[in-house]
Amino acid sequence: MESVELMVNGVRREGRVEPRRTLADFLREELGLTGTHVGCEQGACGACTVLLDGEPVYACLLFAVQARGHEITTVEGLAAPGELDPVQDAFRRCHALQCGFCTPGMLLAAHGLLADDPDPDEADIRGALAGNICRCTGYQSIVAAVRLAAAERRRPAAPEGAAR
Amino acid sequence: MKAAPFDHHAPTSLAEVHDLLARHGPDATLIAGGQSLVPLMALRLARPRVLVDLNEVAGLAGIRDEPDAVTAGALTRQRAVERSPVVAARLPLLAAAVGRIGHPQVRNRGTVGGSLALGHPAAELPAVALALDATLVLAGIGGAEREIAAGDFYPATGGTGLRPGEVLTRVRFPVPPAGAGYGFHELGRRSRDFALAGAAVVLGRGVDGECAYARVAVLGGGPVPRRVPGVERALRGGPLDADAIAEAADGVAGEVEPVGDVQADAGYRREVLVTLVRRALSDAARRADPTH
Repeated sequence: MESVELMVNGVRREGRVEPRRTLADFLREELGLTGTHVGCEQGACGACTVLLDGEPVYACLLFAVQARGHEITTVEGLAAPGELDPVQDAFRRCHALQCGFCTPGMLLAAHGLLADDPDPDEADIRGALAGNICRCTGYQSIVAAVRLAAAERRRPAAPEGAAR
Repeated sequence: MKAAPFDHHAPTSLAEVHDLLARHGPDATLIAGGQSLVPLMALRLARPRVLVDLNEVAGLAGIRDEPDAVTAGALTRQRAVERSPVVAARLPLLAAAVGRIGHPQVRNRGTVGGSLALGHPAAELPAVALALDATLVLAGIGGAEREIAAGDFYPATGGTGLRPGEVLTRVRFPVPPAGAGYGFHELGRRSRDFALAGAAVVLGRGVDGECAYARVAVLGGGPVPRRVPGVERALRGGPLDADAIAEAADGVAGEVEPVGDVQADAGYRREVLVTLVRRALSDAARRADPTH
């Protein structure tokens, strides 16, 4: 067993793991952060996408011991409990999820894109999300949600209390 | 599935890496980005007993702009190459090809050295290294370095030029002759899948616009990454018009030995290679300026 110390959603966390424990399983099993979903376990489906130092990675292709000293953001870290961050809210309004299994990975892949490119076109969005599989939506509503989130981020924030 | 148990070492210097490789011999496997190795471990197709992790080793990552070349450390993430203004300006072929590797999640983690050391015959970076006459720098136990041309690193018999205990530390991509044009095309079943076939091309023109320089490497042209020297010879010294390009590209069919699988049979890959080489040559010819 090896010790692991890392930052998850801004909080210092630690645990003891076998080296073969993936970051995805560590987040779910040791830290109880079950928002990171595990689908294929071989880097094909994207459900386990998290941010490693701000960049989207597959948490099933990273061993927890390799995340030592790094900063991880999971879907739980996007907004305070009970609240939605702007990308999540755009997903809700665009009906960009049905069963929801792929959604955490989609959200973090979208965050990775928007951090890089505040004004992505449709091809950019599809390219950024191509590593995430959704078997429900047909992707149209997901692409629409990311476009909406990007457009709203580029607009100055509405004054407090303004109608939406 | 989950990987079989292994010991994990995260050395911080190349000397420690070599100590671990010497101590564990064939039980040790190097891991860089892990985007090919970890899926194989999850499927239990690879069961390394000892993982020697290069991710914490100092000095292995980074892109260096040099007078006649651009050098990338082995641990440079593919994403860093994709975003590099130096690569975009001086090695547009590399810039075009690296964005075609896997998905963003893969490129954020996957490394230049990992892809080159794996040497998958349908991968982008080995083909680009061949088309750019790249030189790979290998560090052996004891720290002695040796250099090997990409063409020698991928012998026709398979495998790579890495000897036991050696670590690929960096790769030097010479900047092509002034005015040279590039072309890169690949075809996969789905966006960013491993290519069924592809071509990486650099062409240079002489004073009369004739072909003075040609490098043509293919993806999916056989069991190892390779150039197609017959196509290069057919072009050199001749015009770079549509007919000459089409005739040279047709020659690919007789020069490659694609391996068929469930994604596409060998005959289909051969036909697609002709088309993709023709397209890549056309792009490169269009972008190439005559020498002044």
